[in-house]
Amino acid sequence: MLKDQDRIFKNLYNDLGSDLTSAQKRGDWVNTKEITEKGRDWIINEIKDSQLRGRGGAGFPTGLKWSFAPKEVGSRPHYLVINGDESEPGTCKDRDILRFEPHKLIEGCLIASYAIQAHVCYIYIRGEYFVDGQKLQAAIDEAYEKKLIGKNAAGTGWDLDIYIHYGAGAYICGEETALLESIEGNKGQPRLKPPFPALIGLYGCPTIINNVETIAVVPTILRRSGKWFASLGREKNTGTKIFCISGNVNNPCNVEEEMNIPLKELIEVHAGGVIGGWDNLQAVIPGGSSMPLIPKEKCETLTMDFDSLVAEKSGLGTAGVVVINKDQDIIKCMARIARFYKHESCGQCTPCREGSGWMWRMLERMAKGEASKDEIEMLGDVTKQIEGHTICAFGEGSSWPVQGLLRHFKDEIKKRNNFDPIVKETQNIPYLVDQHLLDKNA
Amino acid sequence: MSLKRPAKDQPDSFEFNSSSLEAANKIISKYPKGKQQSAVMALLYIAQKQNDNWIPLVAMKYIAKLLDMPYIKVYEVATFYSMFNLSPVGKYFIQVCTTTPCMIRGAGKLVEACKEKISENESELLPGKNCSWMEVECLGACVTAPMMQINDDYYEDLDKEKTLEILDKILKDEKPKPGSYRGRINNEPENGRKTLMELKNA
Repeated sequence: MLKDQDRIFKNLYNDLGSDLTSAQKRGDWVNTKEITEKGRDWIINEIKDSQLRGRGGAGFPTGLKWSFAPKEVGSRPHYLVINGDESEPGTCKDRDILRFEPHKLIEGCLIASYAIQAHVCYIYIRGEYFVDGQKLQAAIDEAYEKKLIGKNAAGTGWDLDIYIHYGAGAYICGEETALLESIEGNKGQPRLKPPFPALIGLYGCPTIINNVETIAVVPTILRRSGKWFASLGREKNTGTKIFCISGNVNNPCNVEEEMNIPLKELIEVHAGGVIGGWDNLQAVIPGGSSMPLIPKEKCETLTMDFDSLVAEKSGLGTAGVVVINKDQDIIKCMARIARFYKHESCGQCTPCREGSGWMWRMLERMAKGEASKDEIEMLGDVTKQIEGHTICAFGEGSSWPVQGLLRHFKDEIKKRNNFDPIVKETQNIPYLVDQHLLDKNA
Repeated sequence: MSLKRPAKDQPDSFEFNSSSLEAANKIISKYPKGKQQSAVMALLYIAQKQNDNWIPLVAMKYIAKLLDMPYIKVYEVATFYSMFNLSPVGKYFIQVCTTTPCMIRGAGKLVEACKEKISENESELLPGKNCSWMEVECLGACVTAPMMQINDDYYEDLDKEKTLEILDKILKDEKPKPGSYRGRINNEPENGRKTLMELKNA
């Protein structure tokens, strides 16, 4: 288990209070000026050395992302945008940072803005977190009052304004370009990339977008050195991470742990074990709903980091661990996730808009045992036609969980849906008849 | 995608009152000059708050004029985002999360409770009632599932009895206490916490 002194979010459970005085006792805002005096290149290199990867799901190296910002500010200002549109089912880590560790985030914003030469920072928070956003606003007001942000922020000579922008219940706005569209006052529909936001982003200006957790760990890394952060976890999967363990466990909780922690330790030690015992485990969704599930056999030895989960054809995503035990109907669980994606598709690309609904309806029928044998293959086919054929990664996010279900629980679906196609091919049937109803062997 | 339709009965006029207007101007000043359109979502929220939790079409027209943008763009935004209510929902708007992490911990029971106390169908504001309910997608409090949101506040760690108690209070026009209903402190494990013990006991 990670030692307490190596935990970055000491106030994760609000034992200490989130106000400025308590935050300063925990070490926030102590030597911000000295950190910025070491210069932009030093900050970016130190983040590169720490091998910090983005905590929002994709795991892109943060130092590298910052280095994409233009070195000189041209005619267009630079912007920093913080992504707090946490909507991935199974994930509730950013909320705790917003309400209990706001000063880590605000200080991180100052350092990151300095590194990428931005004078304005927008924090995009999902609309449902209004109360938590108000707590962050109170912390921002406090920081303005103490001159930690604003003109000559914290004595660094850098001017920074931080504004909160509330979303309004659209999952897709967690996608970075959809988020920019949303801030600009449009529907949250993703943009084509390239051009990447680092060059053409918010209002057409260079913009760096980072997750709340990514930015909130930056000040601690710079204080304790990139080497310290890199010494936790393993190569390329370094540092600590807040894991959210929900579902059928005895003590669902958020906990900050080292990367590469065994999944079994996470569930047994921190979350009090699976309801009904470890043998009652059916499957685990390791990284928020868009990551394919992992069946019990593999959970024994699985370690939680980006690369080892990719090796299992899944992903760490946002580290929202959803535990599903044998009392649950796994097909129904996935059908509900498919309904989530059907509801949240922005409607811009046809494969996703239509396909997400198809997947949901097919899975609902499969859960009831109303699908025909052929449809199982067909569902796999539909996922393949969505994946990779959309503007943003929502296509992958909606089809991967279904693919995971098909990969590991195909027998379960087959057992339940074993009746023959409805239309027998006794005569020449015109192509317009629903193809999945046809008997292919007749 | 979700389908949203504006209400049939629409008021004839809408205007921000002075406190709403002040809040709106403060928000517009957050964005660069000429980019006042960015404030549209925040202004829709203000309109929603002023107009008993829903946004009439005249309010969209008013906001479009205020921000100097086409009415259709405001309409687009208002219909795209699920948190803007385009028809009356009552003084208390109850949103029950039923996405998988909540579902496997018994969100169905919360829906049952809403059906018993409020209305058989979701998004139905019965005459004489001050609230309506609907099923929504993940609200981002999966660790404290099952949960629901009433207006701005989260009610977590629920079961059927506790939901019924909360709904009783709502129907009597009292505001129940938000937060966990199993007495848990935030997102810590309820028993057997293993981390940051020194801070807890300090």
